[in-house]
Amino acid sequence: MGLIDNINKLFDHRIRLGIMSILMVNDGVDFNRLKELLDVTDGNLASHTKTLEKAEYIKIEKSFIGKKPNTKYSLTLLGKQAFKKHIAALEQLIKNQN
Amino acid sequence: MDSKKYLNDISQIKDMMSRSSRFISLTGLSGILAGIYAITGAAIAYLFLLPSENEQLTIHSLNFKLILGILILVAVLSFVTGYSLTTRKAKRNNEKIWDETTKRLLINFFVPMITGGIYILIKLNSRHYGLTASLMLIFYGLSLVNASKYTIGTVKYLGYSQIVLGLICAVFPGYGFLFWVLGFGIMHIVYGTIMHFKEDKQ
Repeated sequence: MGLIDNINKLFDHRIRLGIMSILMVNDGVDFNRLKELLDVTDGNLASHTKTLEKAEYIKIEKSFIGKKPNTKYSLTLLGKQAFKKHIAALEQLIKNQN
Repeated sequence: MDSKKYLNDISQIKDMMSRSSRFISLTGLSGILAGIYAITGAAIAYLFLLPSENEQLTIHSLNFKLILGILILVAVLSFVTGYSLTTRKAKRNNEKIWDETTKRLLINFFVPMITGGIYILIKLNSRHYGLTASLMLIFYGLSLVNASKYTIGTVKYLGYSQIVLGLICAVFPGYGFLFWVLGFGIMHIVYGTIMHFKEDKQ
């Protein structure tokens, strides 16, 4: 089994990597905050959150603040474990190549 | 996929983590200053206000009120210093200071902190002076640990150390003042210095 097996293909994208990093240290981040941090368009962000949701790495919580709909994202346990594994694999690969 | 790409990914992860939970930038210098305020306050209290051995410090005495005043002053000064240093840094990095993360960090910090403060005042009011320093350390430590969820996570260790110190302090009655200086003074300075050098390296 090679180290490369631990590299998660899903995280091999700037925006998905960003979403995971932000949710790793923040619980329940709303859509606009993610947008602001990652500097992406609505549609772009939505498609990536959907991908991560499908993999069951993140969960979505919808509510209303007044009349405005509010969507909050946080990591699932599976997502946390997957991301930790991914970071460990990245670090290991860097170490091995130096 | 080569090493360069992995390194890039790692630095992006770090960048996103720190930008989305910025309060790490609060720690270094403001920690050192908070420690210095605490030690200065303690020194003033020790030299001028603490009762000598056969005197009793009562809650309605002027000295007690002055000590309480110093405590509040130290806390407010530390908070204002932390706030202004963080705002300055955030402005330099073109970040917003008041956002979801900040709000949660403050709520999570102040809930145990204010609970502890009120509890200590109630205890003092019923003449239970003995565990004040220990309680202050423990509640402050718990507040830090609680708030550290919204930072990258080094503040957590300062919190744990304060809790441990508070517990040890509870075992040695009569040394509260010493432990207070150790926790709020020395520990802040040590922690702040470590953080300051870490921040410089990045």
